[in-house]
Amino acid sequence: MLTMSHFLFVSAVLFTIGVAGVLSRKNLFIVFLSIEIILNAVNLSFVTFARFLGQLDGQIFTFLVIAVAAAEAAIGLAIVILLFKNKESLNVDDFKLMKE
Amino acid sequence: MEHTSPLIGLIPLFPLLTAALIGLMTLFFAHKGQGAPKGLVSTLAVAGPLASFLVSCVLFFQLRALPEAERALTQTVFPWIHVGPLQIDVSFLLDPLSAMMILMVTGIGTLIHLYSVGYMSHDRGFSRYFAYLNLFMFSMLVLVLGSSLPLMFVGWEGVGLCSYLLIGFWFSDIAKANAGNKAFIANRVGDFGFLLGMFFIFFFLLNNGGTASLDFAAMKGQAALFTPFAATVAALLLFVGAMGKSAQVPLHVWLADAMAGPTPVSALIHAATMVTAGVYMVARMGFMFAISPSAGLVVASIGALTAIFAATIAIAQSDIKKVLAYSTVSQLGYMFIGVGLGAYFENIVAGAGAAIFAVGMFHVFTHAFFKALLFLGSGSVIHACHEEQDIWKMGGLKAKMPITWATMGIGTLAIAGIPPLAGFFSKEAILTNAFIAGHYQTWLYGIYAIALVTSGLTAFYMFRMFFLTFHGKPRDQHIHDHAHESPLIMTFPLMALALGTVVVGFLNVPKVLSFGFLPTDLFATWLEPSLKVAEHGEAHMFHPTATTDFILMAVAIGISLVGIGFAYARYAKPTPATEPTKALWWEILWDKYYVDEMIQAIVIEPILKLSGFLRKGVDEDGLDYVVNNTPKAYAGLSNAVRVIQTGLVRSYAYLMVLGMFAILLYYYLHLAK
Repeated sequence: MLTMSHFLFVSAVLFTIGVAGVLSRKNLFIVFLSIEIILNAVNLSFVTFARFLGQLDGQIFTFLVIAVAAAEAAIGLAIVILLFKNKESLNVDDFKLMKE
Repeated sequence: MEHTSPLIGLIPLFPLLTAALIGLMTLFFAHKGQGAPKGLVSTLAVAGPLASFLVSCVLFFQLRALPEAERALTQTVFPWIHVGPLQIDVSFLLDPLSAMMILMVTGIGTLIHLYSVGYMSHDRGFSRYFAYLNLFMFSMLVLVLGSSLPLMFVGWEGVGLCSYLLIGFWFSDIAKANAGNKAFIANRVGDFGFLLGMFFIFFFLLNNGGTASLDFAAMKGQAALFTPFAATVAALLLFVGAMGKSAQVPLHVWLADAMAGPTPVSALIHAATMVTAGVYMVARMGFMFAISPSAGLVVASIGALTAIFAATIAIAQSDIKKVLAYSTVSQLGYMFIGVGLGAYFENIVAGAGAAIFAVGMFHVFTHAFFKALLFLGSGSVIHACHEEQDIWKMGGLKAKMPITWATMGIGTLAIAGIPPLAGFFSKEAILTNAFIAGHYQTWLYGIYAIALVTSGLTAFYMFRMFFLTFHGKPRDQHIHDHAHESPLIMTFPLMALALGTVVVGFLNVPKVLSFGFLPTDLFATWLEPSLKVAEHGEAHMFHPTATTDFILMAVAIGISLVGIGFAYARYAKPTPATEPTKALWWEILWDKYYVDEMIQAIVIEPILKLSGFLRKGVDEDGLDYVVNNTPKAYAGLSNAVRVIQTGLVRSYAYLMVLGMFAILLYYYLHLAK
């Protein structure tokens, strides 16, 4: 019998993988993908709560997150392309204008 | 019965107007890069005081036409300060005392303005000079005419300001600018006492059921409320103000330095008028001094001390103006002996004081003539010698400057107390009264003795100055060759003042010298309504016999003649005797008893040390330390926190995650409870 905890556990694992990816990888694309994984981990928790608590709010939030993620992907990719054009690099550590 | 007159306000108004006009003209022409037209400036400058003098004469005769008991004219110009119990109007009081003062101030002032036109004719600051000088006339007239202590104080401060401006007139010379500062600061010390005196009187009346008022008439009417102790406090506080303004020991130090100003200024401000303000104030507040058993004696003692103190210093000075300055200080001491004894007599025998106050005021009056004359004469000499002031570089000027020689000779004889010149009558009266005071308290013979010795010293040092300047062989041939008599515009005031010096003494001839035809005690009778504190009492007064009077006179004249004789023997020769410059006593006198140095060591140095401590110890090491180190602490904190600002996105992400975990942990622990 699958309980709520099982789903939430998977969500937590996904979230952790995403966070670990964001923190450890240097390639902008991989970081970007890791963020998507985090978002989907959140989506999974929302749906889980919606299913087990019998409320639709969670599902509606999931759609909202998917829509925002799509928009974010579009803008994010555009930014990544521009960054690459400027620096010929996708290494996150090369972009530290705030410090310089 | 109170009389009013709309004319009184005109007296200070004229000099104020001309001062403003000349001042504006100076500014206007300075803007265009040139001096104001001298003809117009001099006309205006002399017209201001002259107009005041004419109005004063008119008012004098109006006043004289009134019955003696009602001799007081008032004019309220506008309400000034009306706050709660404090009611002060700008209102003028013309009574016999102020009438005498304004006649003296405007009359001598006009002559000195006239003289200044000649004396300052080549000066670049010509119009600025006259703007200040007219402003001084205005302030002095407000001082004299003010009907209350606060209004008097306005004039009091005004003359102090003008004195400062004129002492430092040639301000590009730092020593002269410093002399101006010194005068102003020494006067401020005295003014502080004056202010405290006013506050004390006001609050004393307020708290003791009187009408709190600083109006002279109102205060005099409530004199009965004052206990002897309260009156002593009030009188002595006011006297501190008088000591500052009238250069009494130990606040006399500024007057000799004040000679840095142009010589006519020394004549007008630092000899004839402003410095007598203190004496005038004591006479005006005489009723207060008379209530106190000791205030009058303090005043007289300080006066006597100052008289001999300054006279001895004057013996050793070689600067012609310094000699005159110290003789002024010395004579001011005489005046304070006069008014101080007035208060003392009034205190022991009610009604006896008025005549002796008048004696002090009479010396103010005669001194104004001969001291203005002497200063203007010295100005004429200095002018002729191309700004040389050292009497040891002069000599033999008699032939070159006969008018200056003759007029100064009259002035010198007058100050030495030789009859029948003005100084004889006024000084004689003071000496006689000091002698009478000795009858009541034996130690007061000491004051008489001091005054007598001072009189001899005065004759000596004045004739020393006179002989060294005019007689003997010229000691600096170059200066002597270029010396010349001054123009008429300068010699005319000299002659007028010399005439005054000869005649004004007869205004107050003592009874023993009337010889059956001279009118006696005119001056004292005239001033009596102002100076009278109580009725009657004249009969109870001890008075020496006519023989004693004559002996006293003979002694005084004899002492003066001895002084003149000594001076003649030492200094009238072609080559005068050299001074004992090596002797210790001479050095002490030459250095003015080291009073300046003492003030420097006792007052100024500790203040500087305290200021230094406040600056270094409290401000820099205390307050500044806190203020400067607060930003440093912030800067250190910032530097510490700054290291986490790497610019790397991943490290920010790390911190974000850490923060997230921290928040979660907090909630977890919190909720677990």
